[in-house]
Amino acid sequence: MIPLRHPFRWITGALTVAVLAAALLSLASNPNLDTPTVLQYLFHPAIIRGLGTTIWLTVVAMVLGLAGGTVVAVMRLSANPVLRYVATAYIWFFRGTPLLVQIIFWGFLGALYPVLSLGIPLTEITFAQIATSTAIGATAASLIALTTNEAAYAAEIVRAGILAVDSGQAEAASALGLTGAQTTFRVVLPQAMRVIVPPMGNETITMLKSTSLVSVIGGADLLSNAQSIYAQNFKVIPLLVVVALWFLVLTSVLTIGQGFLERRFGRGINRTGPSGGFVARWISSRRDKALRIESEEQHQ
Amino acid sequence: MNIPSLALEVPMMEARGIRKSFGHLEVLKSIDMTVQQGEVACLIGPSGSGKSTFLRCINHLETVDGGQMRVAGELVGYTRRGNKLHEMRPADVAKQRKHVGMVFQRFNLFAHMTALENVLFAPGVVDGRRGPAAREAALELLERVGLRAWAGHYPAQLSGGQQQRVAIARALAMQPRLMLFDEPTSALDPELVGDVLDVMRGLARDGMTMIVVTHEMGFAREVADTVTFMDGGVVVESGTPAELFGNPQQDRTRAFLSKVL
Repeated sequence: MIPLRHPFRWITGALTVAVLAAALLSLASNPNLDTPTVLQYLFHPAIIRGLGTTIWLTVVAMVLGLAGGTVVAVMRLSANPVLRYVATAYIWFFRGTPLLVQIIFWGFLGALYPVLSLGIPLTEITFAQIATSTAIGATAASLIALTTNEAAYAAEIVRAGILAVDSGQAEAASALGLTGAQTTFRVVLPQAMRVIVPPMGNETITMLKSTSLVSVIGGADLLSNAQSIYAQNFKVIPLLVVVALWFLVLTSVLTIGQGFLERRFGRGINRTGPSGGFVARWISSRRDKALRIESEEQHQ
Repeated sequence: MNIPSLALEVPMMEARGIRKSFGHLEVLKSIDMTVQQGEVACLIGPSGSGKSTFLRCINHLETVDGGQMRVAGELVGYTRRGNKLHEMRPADVAKQRKHVGMVFQRFNLFAHMTALENVLFAPGVVDGRRGPAAREAALELLERVGLRAWAGHYPAQLSGGQQQRVAIARALAMQPRLMLFDEPTSALDPELVGDVLDVMRGLARDGMTMIVVTHEMGFAREVADTVTFMDGGVVVESGTPAELFGNPQQDRTRAFLSKVL
């Protein structure tokens, strides 16, 4: 038997190689790319510091954003109409204005409220007060802006996840004597995670890149620090290449991590095999094998 | 068992004038029913007759619009203060449900937990019963439904009949004094029905009080102490299996039985 030939695959392959080779040749021969400068700054202390800020801003904003989003989602599905309207208004406001505007707003909060004070409202009594610009620096403003914005998006993702769980699950939990909160946190949300994880993976990658927006208020992230370097030495393109390279490394790591999470929360549902990237597939298939052997030993 | 014991003369379930509407549709029109301790009561009737809704009123999964439901002598979902009935707080309703087990048509096993975890879950979360003793008790329950070897499997890896038997073990783990079955075999392939009914027969033999909504007339005839026929939101007729199947008094009962027997 002679298998069907696929000449088009060869043609597209050759074209791709040609285009890539042309692009690489053109870049390599372009003196403005300045590879030595790229290598010089790739591990520069200011770049590494900025990278650190970018990573922790992403992690903290995502963790707090997901936690806040879960609260907003539960509020939106609550039987209490006040909570429902508050949650809807929150999502409307923070999804309805551009993230960049929100970041600048939090960065210039001092223009709206120059002084933050703790006291009893409508009286002259104050216990403490502090200048807004001291209390909320550029990094804190960045974190607040990213978190509050993320919570609005996460809320909709979590809500979709909760609605995807069969109502019979909550009914069975109620019939066993679980309270509403126990049902939500022990039965519904763990199963909603299967639906929540893939879009939250995308959100994390988007968040990683959105952190670069805080450079407009001097958030000391990767892009901010690269900008302050090229403001002095005018090597704009090499430093942007450094930034792009680091972002590619980080998004690649996140993509692999997402595969792990999808598999973890697909427990009991995905019988067809692991999802996610090839690295996650390989590692989890080894772990599965170990588990199988363990459970067979238990049976005997 | 550490459930407070019940005086023998108190009925396990006593419904008086239960009414329930969904919008304009009245699905239960004043239902009276009594089930004594240790009895097996089967509810039969055409679909839409209200028997599943009535079953769900027994553990307050549905609120009632009128009448009074008592389980083990206790008013379900309401507290009497003076002359008025006050709706209970959700946490108190949850406490009442602890000792009423329920088995659903679609099993509703927790999909993210293994069979063993499903059985261990409610005793751990609700009563704080954890550790080796709880684990041993859960494994014994799985043994009782014939699925100890399947303890580590997720629901998606089990057949419908196996899932339903795990669901029965899960309900028994809360040490219920009353078990409700809502068409437990209706979603099963015919060859899997027998195993589930065997487990239910075993429960009945052990003296469990059971209320079973079912289309399995053979099971009702063999196991039930009383059979109640419902149609159009009312109890048409009830009696022992011999009376109801052998000598039905009402035309509607005769018409229904002629179709299903």
